[in-house]
Amino acid sequence: MSGPRKPRGLTVYAIAYLIFLYAPIILLPMFAFNASTIIAFPLQGFTTEWFVRLTGVQALHTAVRTSLFIAVVSAILATILGMCAARAGTRYEFPGKGGILGLIMLPLVLPEIIVAVSLLVVVVQILQFPLSAWTVIMAHTLICTPFCIAILNSSFQNLDASLEEAAIDLGESRWNAFRLVTLPLVTPGIIASLLISFTISLDEFIIAFFLTGSEPTLPVYIWGLLRFPQQLPVVMALGTILVALSILLLIVAEYFRRRGVRRAGKTETGGFL
Amino acid sequence: MSSDKALISLRDVDKFYGDYHALRDVSLDIFPGEFFSLLGPSGCGKTTLLRTIAGFEDVSSGTLSIGGQDMAGVAANRRPTNMVFQSYAIFPHLTVAENVGFGLRRSNYSRGERHARVSDALEMVGLGGYGKRAAHALSGGQRQRVALARALILKPKVLLLDEPLSALDKKLREQMQVELIRLQRQVGITFVLVTHDQEEALIMSDRIAVMFEGRIAQLEEPEALYQRPGSRQVAEFIGVMNFLGAHVISNEGNALELDVAGLGHAVIGRDQCPGGPVSGMCHVGIRPETMTLLFEDRGDGPVADGVVDEVVYYGDMTYYDIKLDGVPKPITLSMKNMIGRPVLDIGTRTKVGWDPRALVAFS
Ligand SMILES: Nc1ncnc2c1ncn2[C@@H]1O[C@H](COP(=O)(O)OP(=O)(O)OP(=O)(O)O)[C@@H](O)[C@H]1O
Ligand SMILES: [Mg+2]
Repeated sequence: MSGPRKPRGLTVYAIAYLIFLYAPIILLPMFAFNASTIIAFPLQGFTTEWFVRLTGVQALHTAVRTSLFIAVVSAILATILGMCAARAGTRYEFPGKGGILGLIMLPLVLPEIIVAVSLLVVVVQILQFPLSAWTVIMAHTLICTPFCIAILNSSFQNLDASLEEAAIDLGESRWNAFRLVTLPLVTPGIIASLLISFTISLDEFIIAFFLTGSEPTLPVYIWGLLRFPQQLPVVMALGTILVALSILLLIVAEYFRRRGVRRAGKTETGGFL
Repeated sequence: MSSDKALISLRDVDKFYGDYHALRDVSLDIFPGEFFSLLGPSGCGKTTLLRTIAGFEDVSSGTLSIGGQDMAGVAANRRPTNMVFQSYAIFPHLTVAENVGFGLRRSNYSRGERHARVSDALEMVGLGGYGKRAAHALSGGQRQRVALARALILKPKVLLLDEPLSALDKKLREQMQVELIRLQRQVGITFVLVTHDQEEALIMSDRIAVMFEGRIAQLEEPEALYQRPGSRQVAEFIGVMNFLGAHVISNEGNALELDVAGLGHAVIGRDQCPGGPVSGMCHVGIRPETMTLLFEDRGDGPVADGVVDEVVYYGDMTYYDIKLDGVPKPITLSMKNMIGRPVLDIGTRTKVGWDPRALVAFS
């Protein structure tokens, strides 16, 4: 069997696209290991100095801790909200269902700067909350939830509705049926959702920049460093670590999502990777 | 109706999904130990009725009682019923033994007792030794058996089965039909089976409720249902029935004198009008196997003349479409194939022997 000839133009386009997308990310580790404070070619030699220097900065450690705290809490909150929405969307019929679910997915396409500014207005002007890690958590939960819904929808949709009914029929309560049958089957989806929203929160800059209080998150801290040119290689080193970590988390998340789909005995129905 | 002896009793049950009237005025009694079938075309409300009994759907009006106890407000997990789902609903993350033993989680049995009961249940459905297998790796027939064992292990008063055999191939389905009958006799539990396959219902059931559009059209034992269907609709749904125009000549005492198109003069009993009294113009139904092609021998019953219009050879049987003289629409009759009995060609003139006792008349 021979398929139709691939159009040349598309191949060129795809390669150009990939270079455009990933070249900056490849430059990151190149300069992170470059033995010069100036970010320019030609490269000067190999060093791990910038990574070593990272370990000595106290403010950086605080920023990492803040970011981790925000990312963990946001991931848990967004996943719980995502589970509720995914279950409601796949199991129940209610008036205005399509519209409501569309509305929940909206933050996915809104410009982050708009979300950030309007949240700032709401939090500071209307609710009069002091800015803190919790305001960032609120905002991150908001932007992570659509991703969680997308992932968990595929997990819940793949479940046969009669599985839970069978458990109830065999004497279990509604909650136990959910706990004993549905939960184990969607666990891979839940893990994937936690990892994705954790990654999003950890990497997010604009909203954190607007809503953070006295303790900056890691991306906000990095932004602050950029004012000092001699710190640039350190930033590159930090960026390298973050990119590696994000890619790793994304792969693990997708692995769990696929495993979930397989476990429910169904074939692939989309996803992120 | 002796509803005091009934195990399941429905009275004037209606069910609405929004505006859609899914069950219409359903009243029926199912007795202990019975193999009861709900038979009807797709979308007629069989699953809805079964799920109502199981407690997954509320009735919109009317009452349902099981074992003399009103089931209003009794949740599905508190009812003495267990269900075999159409999709089998085998828990894919558990082993076969864990699936079968699922309902025992809430019992007070020791681990050893539980294990023994799971083994017994698996043995009963012919899956002895399969306990450690992963449930998602089973074949369709094996899943069906696991679902049966899982439901029966709780010794329910009623086992509800929603088209349990429809996903199996023909051979396996026929084998499972026999096994289900044997199993039901062995455990003595009341079975309520949903099916759209009239043959399956006739083979397996003690009694059959035929449903159309949310209504019970007829509730009978298989033989009576087949021989004396209560309406044309039921007659056409169950097996094959030929219909011929007729008119009533006289109507005296217990006998009805008819003139039937293509067949001629016939006298039938009043019990041959199961759909109620007939008069004037009417329809007469006759099953294919109650008629015979007369080759050289002339039977002693009444005879009609016709021409062979179509021949379908089935191996053990041959189905003929015959155009009776004076009737434009051919009727179907079936003949058992025997050594020395020829299969007629299309266009052959032939004589058809028939029996007035096999007729049913509808107005
Ligand atoms: N949850 C529901 N909401 C709305 N309508 C429903 C619902 N469940 C069933 N119906 C409708 O009720 C009617 C009867 O459905 P039911 O599932 O009982 O049919 P059935 O006789 O089991 O058919 P089949 O042989 O195809 O399984 C159908 O027209 C169906 O569309
Ligand atoms: Mg059904």
